Amino acid sequence: MMNNQGRPTGVENTDTSNQKYESFTGSRGLSQVEGLIYEIGDTNRTGVDLPEVDDFENCLGGMERDQEIGLAGLTEPEAMRHYTRLSRKNYAIDLGLYPLGSCTMKHNPRLNEKMARLPGLGNIHPLQPVSTVQGALDLIDTLAHWLKTLTGMPAVAMSPKAGAHGELCGLMAIRAALEAKGDARSIVLAPESAHGTNPATAALCGYKVKPIPATKDGRVDLEAMKEALGPDVAAIMVTNPNTCGLFEREIIEIAEAVHAVGGYFYCDGANFNAIVGKVRPGDLGVDAMHINLHKTFSTPHGGGGPGAGPVVLSEALAPFAPLPYVIAGEESFELVEHEVKGGQSFGRMTAFHGQMGMFIRALAYMMSHGADGLAKVAEDSVLNANYVLASLKDVMSASYKGPCMHEALFDDRFLKDTGVSTLDFAKAMIDEGYHPMTMYFPLVVHGAMLIEPTESESKQSVDQFIGMMRHLVEKAKAGEKERFTGAPHNAPLKRLDETAAARKPVLRWTPPGADEEAAE
Amino acid sequence: MRYLPLSTEDRAQMLDTIGVKSINDLFVDVPKHALLDDLVDLPLHMTEMEVERNFAVFAARNVPANSVPFFVGAGAYHHHVPSAVDYQIQRGEFLTAYTPYQPEISQGTLQTLYEFQTQVAQLTGMDVANASMYDGSTACGEAALMARRVTKKKKIVISGNLHPQYIEVVKNAIKHTDDEIILNDPVVNKKEDILSKVDEETSCVIVQYPDFFGNINDYSDLAATLHEQKSLLVVVTTEVVSLGAIKSPGEMGADIVVGEGQSIGNGLNFGGPYVGLFATRQQYVRQLPGRLCGETVDADGKRGYVLTLSTREQHIRREKATSNICTNAGLCTLAFTIHMTLLGEKGLRQLAKINHAGAVKLAGMLKSVDGLEILNNTFFNEFTVRLNKNAADVVEALVEQDVIAGLPVSRMYPDNPELANDLIIAVTETVSEDDMYVLVSELKEVLK
Repeated sequence: MMNNQGRPTGVENTDTSNQKYESFTGSRGLSQVEGLIYEIGDTNRTGVDLPEVDDFENCLGGMERDQEIGLAGLTEPEAMRHYTRLSRKNYAIDLGLYPLGSCTMKHNPRLNEKMARLPGLGNIHPLQPVSTVQGALDLIDTLAHWLKTLTGMPAVAMSPKAGAHGELCGLMAIRAALEAKGDARSIVLAPESAHGTNPATAALCGYKVKPIPATKDGRVDLEAMKEALGPDVAAIMVTNPNTCGLFEREIIEIAEAVHAVGGYFYCDGANFNAIVGKVRPGDLGVDAMHINLHKTFSTPHGGGGPGAGPVVLSEALAPFAPLPYVIAGEESFELVEHEVKGGQSFGRMTAFHGQMGMFIRALAYMMSHGADGLAKVAEDSVLNANYVLASLKDVMSASYKGPCMHEALFDDRFLKDTGVSTLDFAKAMIDEGYHPMTMYFPLVVHGAMLIEPTESESKQSVDQFIGMMRHLVEKAKAGEKERFTGAPHNAPLKRLDETAAARKPVLRWTPPGADEEAAE
Repeated sequence: MRYLPLSTEDRAQMLDTIGVKSINDLFVDVPKHALLDDLVDLPLHMTEMEVERNFAVFAARNVPANSVPFFVGAGAYHHHVPSAVDYQIQRGEFLTAYTPYQPEISQGTLQTLYEFQTQVAQLTGMDVANASMYDGSTACGEAALMARRVTKKKKIVISGNLHPQYIEVVKNAIKHTDDEIILNDPVVNKKEDILSKVDEETSCVIVQYPDFFGNINDYSDLAATLHEQKSLLVVVTTEVVSLGAIKSPGEMGADIVVGEGQSIGNGLNFGGPYVGLFATRQQYVRQLPGRLCGETVDADGKRGYVLTLSTREQHIRREKATSNICTNAGLCTLAFTIHMTLLGEKGLRQLAKINHAGAVKLAGMLKSVDGLEILNNTFFNEFTVRLNKNAADVVEALVEQDVIAGLPVSRMYPDNPELANDLIIAVTETVSEDDMYVLVSELKEVLK
């Protein structure tokens, strides 16, 4: 059966693989096809037993929902099978090295999951009386202490929900501080190599973004930056270590230059993993920096979240931090949810108090490592990345000279004349049982390949990865183009048509026959 | 150190391969004085057992919702989550995967997102939904910004019965635009006048359904008026279970529906992580914030799923993106969709019925309490009562009796004396009849 886009709506009869014997089910061994819940289940099926209710007079004011919603249900065994089968179509850290640069895909300790599920931590309500959540406030305050100590910063805003939300928090604090001086300004500087969230965030704060070029060695061009500076520059947003995997050597000069014109230094802390326990951003002149707890402090990425993005702040910005915040009193912890008299908080970024579930996991991770272990985290992540760089730079094209931090950047010069693109190369890695590295980011080099092995990988694991990469490079250079352009050959699906998906978007299941109504 | 596989010998060999003498040779680009000589001033590494001991101490000083008669709602709800949900979301293939940027090896996450988007669209009565936002409140802020993009108008009218923290989030979200907010006062038990605040310049009206105080209002007429003048109706639902009992916002004519999805599949977690729902009409798809999963085919013509319409997003569009959001609520989304699949239409409707029946029952029992007046004419699983005493004091007094009675409205509106005696009480399926008797008798005691 085909839907309105001319695509098959089911999983039957789609076995078009070149194998000798066709498959009746479409499945092959442990590679099983799985339909949608709407194809397996129906509106009468349920996986929960709920008590019956005696008749009663309702108080819905005549607003009963009388039309069918259409939600498909599954019994528990069907549901377990559905999701288990689907889970097996995912790559994951638990399955192998996950070298996504800038994403810090490190091991997620299961102790942290266990701690987050303690009833005394997981089953408390954000609005129950403050006297009944003193342990939770203590935990938040303790995590804040660790974050402040590790960054050498005097204050931290805990409520931002993810990295980009943290960026927004930082820039809002900066804008509030400038407005308090009657000088909001209008420009934010960001290097060309910045994450897309940086310019998007600056725009949300009402700022124009002026890009700063990179030098030949992959750093912010200090001279170009100084030229761009002026009385209308509110802030510069710099990722450090930067998205090329390099430490900004002139970071202190950058900070001083922006401070000299009355602007602030926002540091994108996405790559804090490389320096945690070794370098404190507070010693570099940073005014605000978000910390992705789901990167450096290992809270699971969960297929795209949830994250958490606390923001450390300098003395100058601390008074403008968002609500709410925790204060440690003499005898108890206080939760400040409303602006105090004469206060300067810029406002509230989210209901409630932030990503508590992530705070618990991050703190468990920090305590497990301690001051000594966290410094080792930085060292081993940098060591693994440099080992990859050193072991591949003779066959691949390293974009910059010198040691890298926790990720190694290559570009596609080594693929010249092979007919193989960065994308093809990445897809061939899938056939070797790996998740590809970050591709085509940062934008400052051509066909970027950004490899971040993280400290969780053993030497054997990194050696195998290096061997695999060298093997693929050899095959690409030997003219085995098909291996790459047709890849992946061995994944649950062949290469997916992303252009078709965007041209005529089908964003939900619709019952057969209802397609025309739902079409754009 | 149990999470760090490199041995001392490994490290030495690797440094040798790299061609440096010590690890700090790899940190040469760090300004000399900024590289720490010593460890930071924090405790040293701990065993699993030591960490567990520390967390047991934190946990012991909280009162979990399952340990006492518990009646707090107001945007987060204590529901029962089937065991299967937590087992599935802890599978490493889901838990430890990244955002599905490589679709060929991410079909598990992608198909669940596609199913999630379908469920949210069905629940809200809308055409399409995105793959989630951080939570309901931030989704609400994004809705205000989206209405502005769609209508090119600049006046946002906000119901006084929207969750007060959501109001604050919207104010903050639009702060650096030139939009104007018209905000009503909260009205617990009277009909709110919204229409007179609306004019040609209105980009959207934001209402909550059921509202913060628990009332269920029909916004169909409001929607019709707004559509005549090309303004949008944004409907916010913080208790998504209610949509198993009451008309969908789509049926009332909503243009954008945002919600807090915590009630389905996700624990209370002291406020986060939760899952923001965001749904709209087909014609506004390209103005949606956040990720979208769409159907496509692979090179062999097999059906598959990818993230799509990413030209709206920050990693492509940078400063022109519809939002700066990147990481969203991934795993909470998965928990939501698994729980919703276990419920199905039948289970969700029954769950909604049980919740409503419980609230009706408690409301009936509370009529016997002197010094307490129920303010709602309509409600789902939550309603507001006015006491003859300060509600915050009453809640504290009941904490002493091991009852958590609800949310004193004054916690949200500390400067509004008219609301000082109001208490919002929520009843979910986790509240037993015994719990209700305890609450009623303790209230009788403290209010007499």
